[in-house]
Amino acid sequence: MINENSEVILSVRNLTAEVDGTLILRGVNLEVKAGEIHAIMGPNGSGKSTFSKVLAGHPDYDVTGGEIQFQGQNLLEIEPEERARSGVFLAFQYPLEIPGVSNLDFLRVAYNSKRKHQGLEELDAFDFDEVVQEKLEIVKMNPSFLSRSVNEGFSGGEKKRNEILQMAILEPTLAILDETDSGLDIDALKIVANGVNQLATAENATIVITHYQRLLEYIVPDYVHVMEGGRIVTTGGKELAQDLETRGYDWVLQSAEVSGR
Amino acid sequence: MNIQPKLSDIGLSSAAQHRDAFLSHLLTLATRSQPYSPWLHQLRSRAAVVVQEQWFPTTRSEEWRFTDLQELTQLTFAAPDLAIDPPEITGLTLPEAQTQLVFVNGVYVPERSQVANLPPGVAITPAGQLPRVGNLAQFEPDRLAAYLGKQPGAEELFTALNTAELAEAAVVFIPKNCVVEAPIHLLFVSTSAVPVLSQPRCLVVAEANSRVTIAEEYAGLGEGVSFTNAVTEVWLADNAEVNHTRVQRDSHTAFHIGKTAVSQARDSRYTCTAISLGAKLSRHNLEIYQTGEQTQTVLNGLTMIAGEQLSDTHSAIVLTKPHGTTRQLHKCIVDDRAHAVFNGKVFVPQAAQMTDAGQLNRNLLLSPRARVDTKPQLEIVADNVKCTHGAAVGQLDADEVFYLQSRGIDAVSARRLLISAFAYDILDRIPIASLRQSLTSNPYLS
Repeated sequence: MINENSEVILSVRNLTAEVDGTLILRGVNLEVKAGEIHAIMGPNGSGKSTFSKVLAGHPDYDVTGGEIQFQGQNLLEIEPEERARSGVFLAFQYPLEIPGVSNLDFLRVAYNSKRKHQGLEELDAFDFDEVVQEKLEIVKMNPSFLSRSVNEGFSGGEKKRNEILQMAILEPTLAILDETDSGLDIDALKIVANGVNQLATAENATIVITHYQRLLEYIVPDYVHVMEGGRIVTTGGKELAQDLETRGYDWVLQSAEVSGR
Repeated sequence: MNIQPKLSDIGLSSAAQHRDAFLSHLLTLATRSQPYSPWLHQLRSRAAVVVQEQWFPTTRSEEWRFTDLQELTQLTFAAPDLAIDPPEITGLTLPEAQTQLVFVNGVYVPERSQVANLPPGVAITPAGQLPRVGNLAQFEPDRLAAYLGKQPGAEELFTALNTAELAEAAVVFIPKNCVVEAPIHLLFVSTSAVPVLSQPRCLVVAEANSRVTIAEEYAGLGEGVSFTNAVTEVWLADNAEVNHTRVQRDSHTAFHIGKTAVSQARDSRYTCTAISLGAKLSRHNLEIYQTGEQTQTVLNGLTMIAGEQLSDTHSAIVLTKPHGTTRQLHKCIVDDRAHAVFNGKVFVPQAAQMTDAGQLNRNLLLSPRARVDTKPQLEIVADNVKCTHGAAVGQLDADEVFYLQSRGIDAVSARRLLISAFAYDILDRIPIASLRQSLTSNPYLS
């Protein structure tokens, strides 16, 4: 929900970034306030996923210019794990499988690293179990997934639900969902979207990166941005997603060019 | 006629003399004691002759290409001192094991062993004492003659060297239809101020339909130089089941050469989980002979080495009858300048139809100077079989580390978590909880 007086959570200015010497982001500007849901759409290769990884601090991406302020902190100066503990969460497009690490242990280590950062006492396995059981309901996940290795042998939908479960446990201030809808059937999509909606509050913000308008029927954005060539070329309300669905990206890219971006 | 000797002849003969000198040094040590029975005397003498006929291996031999024993041949060894007080081994006992045989520098130590709680009919004893043990009604000591030194490959140099010394052995005999629930722990400790040669020997005989869990462990106390040349022979009769864990954690100054030779009769099931952590230089030869139909073999291996360690595993699986299955997963974690070697042979001759053999070797290199040499070697003649093999060498996956970091786990912990996960995959297969736990206290994993 848009509230002009809310705190600015994320402020990105003229962000440029490259990977292996190839410039991908060519000046991204974005401001996200508490309570808002932003969707970033755009064709393949427009830089959406790169933007999400740069926000989370992936080491393969070199930031060559611009700045990212997160709740008044210079995000570019801190390590990925510090960003996570401060409240930045990236739901991966392709969540990794980690054979040999139980999902429950993984969630507990992650949860405790955040609590430690907040100066809170770490929870033992017994107390943490209560926290998890409550959160499982949000993504309708079977408790048997907790004792399995992280994402190992999970279906596409189960992996994405596991991402949202991690998000539910870490309670981020800024959640970035990178193509969380890709590869999901409609039932799984509804469960994931429903989970995200339950977690959205007036105090946090969500950036949904997607290729398809379909997801935005279930997670209704306050703003829709279109990314192309490493920039956000146009911004509108939720109806922009509808227009993109019916008229395609070419239309919006052309009109962006006409208006001089 | 040119009577001038060729330079190559001189080089060869002086090198040969040197190798012979070391081998005869070892053989002199090995044959110092008197065997207790005529058949053992015969077995030993024959083995000594076999040793004399061979050369000490160099890296020119294909089987020893990556494992240079040169440093070993520079050393002079002593026989174990029988008079030393047996060391405390409290930290090495396994609570689950009601039976434990302890050998120090290859010599049986009754004060540290526990043999009272055996199920009826089960014989477990150092072979050297067998003639003096009166209550083993079902077991005639001379029956050992049918098993000791009778596996294929007994004439291989180090196996023969061990047989040439054979006086005491850890013998586990499980009679027909007997199921031994508690694991049996065979513990071989090396500790000495001077370099010692110790040649442990284990014999496991599982008769038809029997089942047993064995933990065979080599541990070093202190930092003295030792050369352990161990041989373990395992015999599974029809439908027998043996779960065997072999742990090598000798001191980092030790040399360790070990053989595990296993013969499996029809419908038998054998699992070996071999963990190699210690020794400056170690070699494990693991040989499986499936001699009956529908035998199952599972081989799990984990090598975790650092510093300047070298650890070499050579396995050979010989399938000879239809419907046999083998599953092999060997993993290496190599840090610093350490060097791991894996050579996995699988033989599937014409007669071994409808068999299923899978082999996978996965290696994790943690430093730029760490090295692994891996060689799967499959010889398949039979045409109606399923055989797979694979080898992978990699570093920690940067994306996996980042995934953990993005959940608030710092980079160092993330790396440690991923390394331990790689190792736990194998360690989790050890059926004895206390042993599993003691292995996870390894510095990489804690």
